[in-house]
Amino acid sequence: MSTVLETCAVSKTYKVEKNVIKAVDEVSLSVDAGEFVALVGPSGSGKTTMLAMLAGLLSPTDGSIKINGQELASMSESKRSRFRRKKIGFTFQESNLVPYLTVLENVELLLKLNGRLDRDGKQRVKDLLVTLGLDEHLHNLPSQLSGGQQQRVAIARALIHNPDIVLADEPTASLDTERAYQVVETFANLIHSQQLAGIMVTHDLRMTRYVDKVIQMQDGQLKQIIQDKAEISDFANPQD
Amino acid sequence: MFIERSLPRALNLDLNFGKLSSPLFLHLAWKELWRNKSRYFLISLVVALITTLVLFIAGLAEGLGLGNREYLQKLNADLILYQEGVDLSIPSSRLDHGKLNDVWRIPGVKAVGSLGFSNAALVFGEGQEPLDISLIGVDPGKPGEPPAVEGRQLSGKRDKEAIIGRNVALQTGLKVGDNFTLKSIQGAQEEFFTLQVAGISDGRQYSLQPSVFVPHLTWDRIKPKAAEPGDDASDLIFNTIAVALDDPADWPVMAAMLEERVSDVEAIDRQTAYESTPGYQAQQSTLNTQRIFTLLIGVLVIGGFFQIQTLQKVAQIGMLKAIGVPSLAIILAFIVQIVAITILGVAIGSVGTLLLSLSFPVTIPIVFTPQSNVAAISSLLIIGPLGGLVSLRILLKVEPLTALGLAS
Repeated sequence: MSTVLETCAVSKTYKVEKNVIKAVDEVSLSVDAGEFVALVGPSGSGKTTMLAMLAGLLSPTDGSIKINGQELASMSESKRSRFRRKKIGFTFQESNLVPYLTVLENVELLLKLNGRLDRDGKQRVKDLLVTLGLDEHLHNLPSQLSGGQQQRVAIARALIHNPDIVLADEPTASLDTERAYQVVETFANLIHSQQLAGIMVTHDLRMTRYVDKVIQMQDGQLKQIIQDKAEISDFANPQD
Repeated sequence: MFIERSLPRALNLDLNFGKLSSPLFLHLAWKELWRNKSRYFLISLVVALITTLVLFIAGLAEGLGLGNREYLQKLNADLILYQEGVDLSIPSSRLDHGKLNDVWRIPGVKAVGSLGFSNAALVFGEGQEPLDISLIGVDPGKPGEPPAVEGRQLSGKRDKEAIIGRNVALQTGLKVGDNFTLKSIQGAQEEFFTLQVAGISDGRQYSLQPSVFVPHLTWDRIKPKAAEPGDDASDLIFNTIAVALDDPADWPVMAAMLEERVSDVEAIDRQTAYESTPGYQAQQSTLNTQRIFTLLIGVLVIGGFFQIQTLQKVAQIGMLKAIGVPSLAIILAFIVQIVAITILGVAIGSVGTLLLSLSFPVTIPIVFTPQSNVAAISSLLIIGPLGGLVSLRILLKVEPLTALGLAS
């Protein structure tokens, strides 16, 4: 499997008045195509900052981030914006969908943005939404959907333009346990079937049961990387 | 070239739309407007109300201004002569026939006519309100007599006939050939004079009253007098002299020449004359101030609405930027929305004003001219985008990091 994402000693420091805060401290990691990774850690561990840097939304203070060999730090803001549009898929914790666009239009937005909303594109959007069980809600607005349905639309939008990597920020934060499991399982299946690289930031360790690798952060540093299936299962269900 | 390259960089704009994304801003703008049509329609109605207010103030300013200046503005003369030292006040100015003859002798003067201004009232039968009018004495066939659009011009200096302004005809129903009665105060007595309508002119209001034009000697006989009439006919006094020139463009030189060669007179052009009418400037500046403040209120209302809208959408805008929607597309979508809302509001307001004005009686001095309407509508169309400038700044400042809850 080819490596899609590779970071080398990535750090991010903030200056708050006279204090220097290291939000991320020399984190090196890699994610391969078809690999679904969970980035976990308690609040303030630096996982969201790390995700922002992986998305090119934030520049690292030190270190390098490469997606399919392209260094993000060396890109201009406009080039990074184009890169995000084409190569990265996103789902967010909140404000995930455009409230005034229907389910169909929300997913089509990424194709329209990339100049690929042709007849085939429209059919792919429908097919993907049907796969995600949203065929009865194609023309509904986000406000007419449940939290789980909204997250599934966000997943469809994140995947529709065949990005190199998909980044998900706490996709299950507002869902009940059953729906959370459904969403993450769907996510994992699509990432595996489409051979994409996927990173999910979550504070809910139970959600790691569907991932291939767990990257645990603490105080901005990489605490451990778990790749063994049995260990991941233990990590996801510590009480069992 | 410098602006093309450096401005987008300075504003942190991504100008690369991609192959098919150029209509993206229209797509986003339209969908948001359509799916929130009630909310946006409400703000359009606010714009419509502001439009109505601005157009009515403009119409009122035009109507009142016209009521004051219409006769002088349309006067078929290039210069108006006043008595010197009366501060260009028509009622205070007193000129006699000697001055008229002096002016007539000046080379370059084409024609002269005396103008006498006073007030009177048209009276009708029982139960009908009298109509206050400006009674203007003119020399038949000379500058100052308005052209009759119906009927004929005045014929003799002493004839008991009149040309009535269009407003008099509209308000009284008088037609050419009809007789009417004028009431005038002579000393302490009310006296009544019967005149015949020789012709009807276009609108020629003066001093906010409709006008009736009579031959000069008739005017001298009818005009209100403080005491018993004496031998006025032999010593005819009037207020001003209307002067038509051989070369109207030469009026500044001719004005100077007239002031030099005719003693105790002041010569001015028509515009200066009506702008010097008592209260004219104060009235116009008051109404213009009202209009400007209404427009400012419009800027604040529209600006406030869109600012609240934008602040409510910060997270959504951050998300759009994070997924790669260019800032320029977001800004253009916003501009399209604000322009569309403003245009809709101004259109509703303009049509509403037009319909409302049709129900107004002719006595209300509201006049809608193409110039004043275009000026008012243009300024109204500018207030929307102007009000949106603050929101535009917010849009530019939203960072894509907001989507992850990380922006400062």
